[in-house]
Amino acid sequence: MAVKTIAGVQVNVSDDGYLEDMDQWNEDIAKEIASGLGIELTDEHFKVLNYLREKTKEGASLSIRSVGKSGIVDVKGLYKLFPKGPLKFSSKIAGIPKPTSCI
Amino acid sequence: MDSKEKKPLEKVCMICAKGALEDVYAALVMANGAVMEGIETHLFFTFFGLDAITKRTMNSLHTATTGNPAMRMPGGLPFPTMLGGLPGVEAAVSSMMRKQMEDLDMPPVDEFLELITAGGGKVYACKLAVDMFKLSKEDLWDDVDAVLTIGEFYELCDGDRTQIIFT
Repeated sequence: MAVKTIAGVQVNVSDDGYLEDMDQWNEDIAKEIASGLGIELTDEHFKVLNYLREKTKEGASLSIRSVGKSGIVDVKGLYKLFPKGPLKFSSKIAGIPKPTSCI
Repeated sequence: MDSKEKKPLEKVCMICAKGALEDVYAALVMANGAVMEGIETHLFFTFFGLDAITKRTMNSLHTATTGNPAMRMPGGLPFPTMLGGLPGVEAAVSSMMRKQMEDLDMPPVDEFLELITAGGGKVYACKLAVDMFKLSKEDLWDDVDAVLTIGEFYELCDGDRTQIIFT
């Protein structure tokens, strides 16, 4: 665990860069993490990010399949929004822990 | 020079030659996992593995209840081989396994393949096996990318960060 300054805010991050406390998250932090991954966030991205955060707060374990069935975005759309890391990159940007599902 | 520099995998080419539920799912989980990691993924089905991309069979794959020493009864007791040979037992056990997998959010075979292709993974059938089982492209799942010879498959496997995995 380390302390890192993202978008002017000091946050605790894990070794591979996921926020340790999802309540430290804000939209500017999301934008800065995203730009580090080469992604420019749009409203479509934020819809997915907010969904991921809600589900995580409810204690759900996220999989690409469940997100694809959320009604927010389908699997193809998710790959388009977060290329090469539909679940990992979106989780990192959403400030939630690294996904634990294999699917 | 730092010899410990990480060189992430760029491409995986997988071969699934068996049609048992667990063999096919091993290939599907690994292929989908690779696509989700941003790795270029090619999945080649041959011999009995073709059942996984044949419309008629893909969503009713079986697991072997005889000749499978790891098979257990619900609760963990050993599964008697004699019982596994009775008519209907293999179908019942297989359907139970599919149900348990569904509970773990593992999709049926066709939906799993859709996850893989949605992320850009490619699915192929082996030409020799397709000919041997007297199948045609119409018998296969609609999104099978191509029916390939093994030579054409190897052509896809170029690159020095490519791995071939045989399940």
